[in-house]
Amino acid sequence: MSESAPDIETTPQFVGKRAVAPRGAAPFRWERKAMGFHSLLVYIFLYAPIVILVAFSFNEAKQTARWEGFTLQWYGRLMENKLILKSMMNSLLVAGTATVVCTLIGTLAALALGRYEFKGKGPTQALLFLPIIIPEIVLGVAMVTFFGVIQMRLSVWTVIISHIVFSVSYVAIVVRARLAGFDRSLEEAAMDLGAGPVQTFFRVTLPLILPGVIAGALLVFTISIDDYVITSFVAGAGATTLPLQIYSMIKVGVTPEVNAISTLLLLFTIVMIIVAQRLQQPPTEKGERK
Amino acid sequence: MSEVSNKSSPAPRLLVSPAWFFLGIFFVLPLVIMLVISFGMRGTYGGLKPIVDWWGYLSSGDFLANYRQSLDALYLPIYWRSIWMAVATTVLCLLISYPIAYYIAIVAPTRWKNLLLALVVVPFWTSFLIRTYAWMLILRTEGLANTLLMQAGLIQQPLDLLYNEFAVMIGLVYGELPFMILPLYASLEKLDLTLLEASGDLGANHASTFWRVTVPLTMPGIVAGIVLVFIPSIGQFVVSDLLGGAKSMLVGNLIQNQFSIARNKPFGSAIAFELTAVVLVLLLAYAWWSKKKGQEAML
Repeated sequence: MSESAPDIETTPQFVGKRAVAPRGAAPFRWERKAMGFHSLLVYIFLYAPIVILVAFSFNEAKQTARWEGFTLQWYGRLMENKLILKSMMNSLLVAGTATVVCTLIGTLAALALGRYEFKGKGPTQALLFLPIIIPEIVLGVAMVTFFGVIQMRLSVWTVIISHIVFSVSYVAIVVRARLAGFDRSLEEAAMDLGAGPVQTFFRVTLPLILPGVIAGALLVFTISIDDYVITSFVAGAGATTLPLQIYSMIKVGVTPEVNAISTLLLLFTIVMIIVAQRLQQPPTEKGERK
Repeated sequence: MSEVSNKSSPAPRLLVSPAWFFLGIFFVLPLVIMLVISFGMRGTYGGLKPIVDWWGYLSSGDFLANYRQSLDALYLPIYWRSIWMAVATTVLCLLISYPIAYYIAIVAPTRWKNLLLALVVVPFWTSFLIRTYAWMLILRTEGLANTLLMQAGLIQQPLDLLYNEFAVMIGLVYGELPFMILPLYASLEKLDLTLLEASGDLGANHASTFWRVTVPLTMPGIVAGIVLVFIPSIGQFVVSDLLGGAKSMLVGNLIQNQFSIARNKPFGSAIAFELTAVVLVLLLAYAWWSKKKGQEAML
């Protein structure tokens, strides 16, 4: 273990370059090795089930876990399965509508919370925090009770409303994070140059926070399209979403079609996360978008 | 921060009004209605029984009937199981996560860090349902685990790995693990490593440096992780429904049953509120703890 100057010891970019942790952090080689090995095992634990699921979706075998050859037939079967296609359409409709509404409401709330001090700010923050922390099952139960009391028939609309309730906070949080580094003098400059508030918003403010808005929208879409618990309470007949459809198939038993649709859904989510993560990165010095 | 201190401006209130309007009607109101219903009685057809004698209903304590019923000895094993499984999940997640978070934040080469962290985040966002289902593929009688074990000649008969508490435990730990790793990573990343060195220079061996410097300094991450894992675990019902059997029912399944099979909404609402109360008390305790420590809450 090398003895280097203290500033180099703690500057993050140097810590890794030496590929040796600073003295005191993990003094013995065996400790670092053990931690590395442990981490490897954790990654295997996290990913093995996903890899196995994906692999099985290409497996010829219908019932057993033995590998009997590569096939795409389960993906072909999906395209013939009317129930799955219908549930996919429902999911897209629900997630699409929820995303648009949440993005609008959430962005407006984020603008207020990120830029103003006002009476009722604390309660507003609490209101936006609660739907995230309340157990999903409680929210599902409360929603279905509510729709029962106001005699609103369960349909695809009750699903959309519920999805907006549990997703709107995510947009507010992501957009607000984006506003943290917001340079107000840009807006003031626009105003000084004669732009009205509306023009300033659309030509200065919105373009600056747009990556946050899009990232928030993608998160809502991902969360909405994945939700099972709340949807299972509030979905009416004919409003079955993809997770509900998958769940009902799983309850009956393992089928290769479920593996195939799950693989597609995983792929879709991972693409969405990567796009959202890219957009969430803080703006570069050059101002990264036109 | 770029906040304007003009408190009388109508702009912020206009901006938050759609959120208040929507969440007021479709979030606050449903919770209030559910609270009211939890004090009601089940009617003959699964609806609410109309109350004739209000005074008698309130004075006799009948309005607490659902809460009293929820403490019936019949349900205690379910609560007990929910609690010990949530506690066990939290402890296991903490034990598994600390070394890996430490590795990513401190030991791993810098150029790998982002990748290692991203690999933790991806399962965090992918479908919980599908990740739980993946364990059915592994654990069921004709599943991968049994097939491999039998091929290796280690067992003659397939083991009953699925539909029991063991499977639920695996599913819970698997599902909640990223929620523990991420806050631990966040606080280990901020750890000032010179302090560890100072501790060593002052004669502490590394075990006592770990327990007396590292652990106290990363306590915010540890507590945040505990809260983030315990809360979803105690309200869980998908994992226990898919991987558990009749004997591994959790409080989430009990609530769900009241709305599907048993059709006793007032009783289900009462248990749901008890669960909410437990969660809120935990969060308030957490907020109180962070405030006492003078730290900004990580949640």
